[in-house]
Amino acid sequence: MSALENRYEFTLLFDVENGNPNGDPDAGNMPRMDPETSIGLISDVCMKRKIRNYISLAKGEEQGWNIYVQESSVLSENRQGAYDSEDVSKIKDKKEKTLKARDWMCRNFFDVRAFGAVMSTTTNNCGQVRGPVQLSFSKSIDPIFPQEISITRMAVETAKEAEKQDGGNRTMGRKFLVPYALYRLDGYVSAPFAQQTGFSDEDLEMLWTSLVNMFDQDHSASRGKMSARKLVVFRHDCKLGNAPAQKLFDLISVNKKAECEGPARAFADYAIEVDAAQVPQGVELLEKL
Amino acid sequence: MSFGIKLRVSGDFACFSRPEMKVERVSYDVITPSAARGILEAIYWKPAIRWIIDRIHVINPIRFTNFRRNEVENKIPFNNITKTMKRGEGQLVQFADKERQQRASMLLRDVEYVLEAHFEATGTGDGGNTGKHADIFRRRAEKGQCFHRPYLGCREFPCDFALLTGDTPATRISSPAESTRDLGFMLWDIDFAHNNTPMFFHARMENGIVDIPQPNSSEVLS
Repeated sequence: MSALENRYEFTLLFDVENGNPNGDPDAGNMPRMDPETSIGLISDVCMKRKIRNYISLAKGEEQGWNIYVQESSVLSENRQGAYDSEDVSKIKDKKEKTLKARDWMCRNFFDVRAFGAVMSTTTNNCGQVRGPVQLSFSKSIDPIFPQEISITRMAVETAKEAEKQDGGNRTMGRKFLVPYALYRLDGYVSAPFAQQTGFSDEDLEMLWTSLVNMFDQDHSASRGKMSARKLVVFRHDCKLGNAPAQKLFDLISVNKKAECEGPARAFADYAIEVDAAQVPQGVELLEKL
Repeated sequence: MSFGIKLRVSGDFACFSRPEMKVERVSYDVITPSAARGILEAIYWKPAIRWIIDRIHVINPIRFTNFRRNEVENKIPFNNITKTMKRGEGQLVQFADKERQQRASMLLRDVEYVLEAHFEATGTGDGGNTGKHADIFRRRAEKGQCFHRPYLGCREFPCDFALLTGDTPATRISSPAESTRDLGFMLWDIDFAHNNTPMFFHARMENGIVDIPQPNSSEVLS
């Protein structure tokens, strides 16, 4: 696998219907939002988690596609049999040893190759990889208005609780949901970093696939209906790129349609425009979804 | 002194972590010279040159917001990797929800800075060819090219950048009490040659401008 030769930027538009896309641990798991503008937020790491989960589902135990940071719900036995039989112990030089281990981690683990990882060493020499794929916080297009829903459960956890209720056996719970919101995630792929970790064109294709499909493998009671709606990729025809990223991101405008009165409640209430005519020379626009 | 440059950088969020408050990250009020150097290096750097930050213009008012995330608490143990490599098999994963920490960050929001900087030759390679390095940097910054996407303290806070050729815009901090004040001791940079020793300076903001002491100046303390 040869590493990427091109810089990329990408924008993913995805929406949520009656769900909580990313809870805020500081606010009792209410959907994250910017307290000043009420714009909904989703952390970078939340999206990376979904990418990792998708890759581990799609690639299973395939060599080279292991996921280092796993959720324990993916309880696959990680017997990674066919490792290259490099004899690290023969290498005396500490620096070289670290490099070997670093390369090996990059070769075997998709998430190390894509996002990087901090690997501690005994000396000051820090085995650290910065991955080419960089995500920012996702932001909702319009302010969100989370709703709190109370729910009941027709059972109790302990016998003690049942006694207290004289056998009524009911408990109440709460759920937060966003009735509807369209979110935008902007991301970057650096070619020089890809060359340091060996992130290849095949890896990149897999990244696009995971961005398009990850929500379909991530359904749960809390998340409601989440779907990827549009993935726009800007491919520069060189390593360093041909245009400032902000200019490319500005080519994509997402607005609530004028005829939609009141709050948006469906994807159809938004108009997405990609100004393909203004794409600078040396940049190719690819619509992946 | 060789060619000076001015770069305008901005972003939605930023976190220039204070070293004394590391568990729950708290950002400094303004970008550190060290983070500013990192931004320039993300655009253009070679071992032949060393970027030096001269002045930081704080354009936007200083505002904070809070953000808590689930984070993994451990680093990847290097010994486990080498052991597994040697044996040829084994378990090598981290379980994110078993090794979990919830950590809050005090982030800056809606930041914009103008960085004034120059570079010096380090004495290796063709560092003396200042015109070459200055031109390459200028061309890259004008075209929006970068080696990797520069960021405001942490990689999840990418920044936009543009070369500034005209006048530096005035600060938008309206209150004089806010725009001229003592920012206390701030990280200047890390001395990687001497066992990663942190170096500090006493930062003062005058009308939104922070003057940065030069290397080897008596104002840089370690």
